Amino acid sequence: MAKTYNAGVKEYRETYWMPEYEPKESDFLACFKVVPQDGVPREEIAAAVAAESSTGTWTTVWTDLLTDLDYYKGRAYRIEDVPGDDSAFYAFIAYPIDLFEEGSIVSVMTSLVGNVFGFKALRSIRLEDIRFPLAYVMTCGGPPHGIQVERDKMDKYGRPMLGCTIKPKLGLSAKNYGRAVYECLRGGLDFTKDDENVTSQPFMRWRDRFLFCQDAILKAEAETGERKGHYLNVTAGTPEEMYERAEFAKEIGTPIIMHDFLTGGLTANTGLANYCRKNGLLLHIHRAMHGVIDRNPLHGIHFRVLSKVLRLSGGDHLHSGTVVGKLEGDREATLGWIDIMRDSFIPEDRSRGIMFDQDFGAMPGVIPVASGGIHVWHMPALVTIFGDDSVLQFGGGTLGHPWGNAAGAAANRVALEACVQARNEGREVEKEGKDILTNAAKSSPELKIAMETWKEIKFEFDTVDKLDVSHK
Amino acid sequence: MSIQDYPSRISDPMSRKAETFSYLPKMDDDQIKAQVQYIINKGWNPAIEHSEPERATDYFWYMWKLPMFGETDVNVVLEEINNCIAANPNNHVRLIGYDNFSQSQGANMLIKRGDI
Repeated sequence: MAKTYNAGVKEYRETYWMPEYEPKESDFLACFKVVPQDGVPREEIAAAVAAESSTGTWTTVWTDLLTDLDYYKGRAYRIEDVPGDDSAFYAFIAYPIDLFEEGSIVSVMTSLVGNVFGFKALRSIRLEDIRFPLAYVMTCGGPPHGIQVERDKMDKYGRPMLGCTIKPKLGLSAKNYGRAVYECLRGGLDFTKDDENVTSQPFMRWRDRFLFCQDAILKAEAETGERKGHYLNVTAGTPEEMYERAEFAKEIGTPIIMHDFLTGGLTANTGLANYCRKNGLLLHIHRAMHGVIDRNPLHGIHFRVLSKVLRLSGGDHLHSGTVVGKLEGDREATLGWIDIMRDSFIPEDRSRGIMFDQDFGAMPGVIPVASGGIHVWHMPALVTIFGDDSVLQFGGGTLGHPWGNAAGAAANRVALEACVQARNEGREVEKEGKDILTNAAKSSPELKIAMETWKEIKFEFDTVDKLDVSHK
Repeated sequence: MSIQDYPSRISDPMSRKAETFSYLPKMDDDQIKAQVQYIINKGWNPAIEHSEPERATDYFWYMWKLPMFGETDVNVVLEEINNCIAANPNNHVRLIGYDNFSQSQGANMLIKRGDI
């Protein structure tokens, strides 16, 4: 029977709180961690979040009755306590797949982290996880190539790949910059990287940088007999400029380019990923600005969500944190989003903060990149944590070697191969790390001096954003 | 130790590397055996390839016979490695573990450097 129109304000929970609702396989599911204003019941808050991130507005309007809002609405279907925090709770919301445009991760984020994040009834809100239905995943382009294709193109198997960000990040001329690239690559690294701040400044314009870096790649390949790459950053002020740089990178035959997906924006990123797929360029993704969005445990978007977003938008590499270096990242949580980047199916696992099963179907994986404050002594832990499908990036740990970049690169390469060899032999690499490295250094003076330069490290880390698992 | 030069030259063929384990000293028999065991334990299919050192940068090396599908005996694999080396004494030889689930190579390592 048709409904009648009653103007006015209704409580959200009358419409959007549906604890009896069984989510459908095709639904989007979201888990928000919410801190409500005092005195507002949890059900009302959860319903308000469902409403404001889907069909609702603050009052009833007559045009509501021209459609089937009961079908299109978001549904708050579950509430849970947050372990270790009485002020917050988890609100689980299901959305019908029709609410989001196919292949547009922008459309999803605009709804899910839009108006609702400024909602007055909430003190704070954080998007902890999204379950993207497989039917939607299959409408997204995803990584331009994926892990296996990158391995085949670069001809690198059975070990993590090695990289290095060129420093100083700003101020070098293009030729001096290319020199630093060449030295790293001839010493045994697979990749070097533009620092994210490097775009096209007055002291080094992008075209000059691209040409000198490509020359460095070609000479290092001739010298070592191995395939090499440098992530040429094409992030620019406008999409037109970004594509012009990508086009030039393709013309000079470079294997991989780079983009900053948050500062550059998701629309630019998805377009560039499509360009890379079409033109055979690998795409490295940096994540500047993520700390603004994901670091506060009570407000923002968790990095596991940003990882899913990037995988769907498209990228072959994504920075993941190192667990052991200078930057934030809890070990279990990091293992969680590494799985999200690489695996086809990731089961719900609260010990890693993963709130839903996620099926990526046939979508290729993204290679996690561990970068920031790491050196040879970290190698055993990194190989253990990240496994083979990763890029380990030693910036200072290569360039800071007392004999220069080539020696620093060789030290890292020897340390890496020694750890992989020991792991394959069944040894406990993290525990026996010192023995393994000391033994490898006997045939590598470059590694020996690196081990003396950077002292053995201990693993003591305490992160700001811990997982919500009963650390009360 | 004072600053050392990094001794790599295009003019020196010994500067040419060949991917995984080419930065480590040559493996002895026990070490090779352990790597074969690793491939078998992973459930991967062992395979052997070889190449003239000057063509080592090619994507495709010569396949030695066929990948040893389902082989779980380390000694059988080691024997084939030795057969390959005996028949191609001047070539690089590498050991591969085909991972048919990832449709990639889970392992690929240089186990004998050819003469240059």
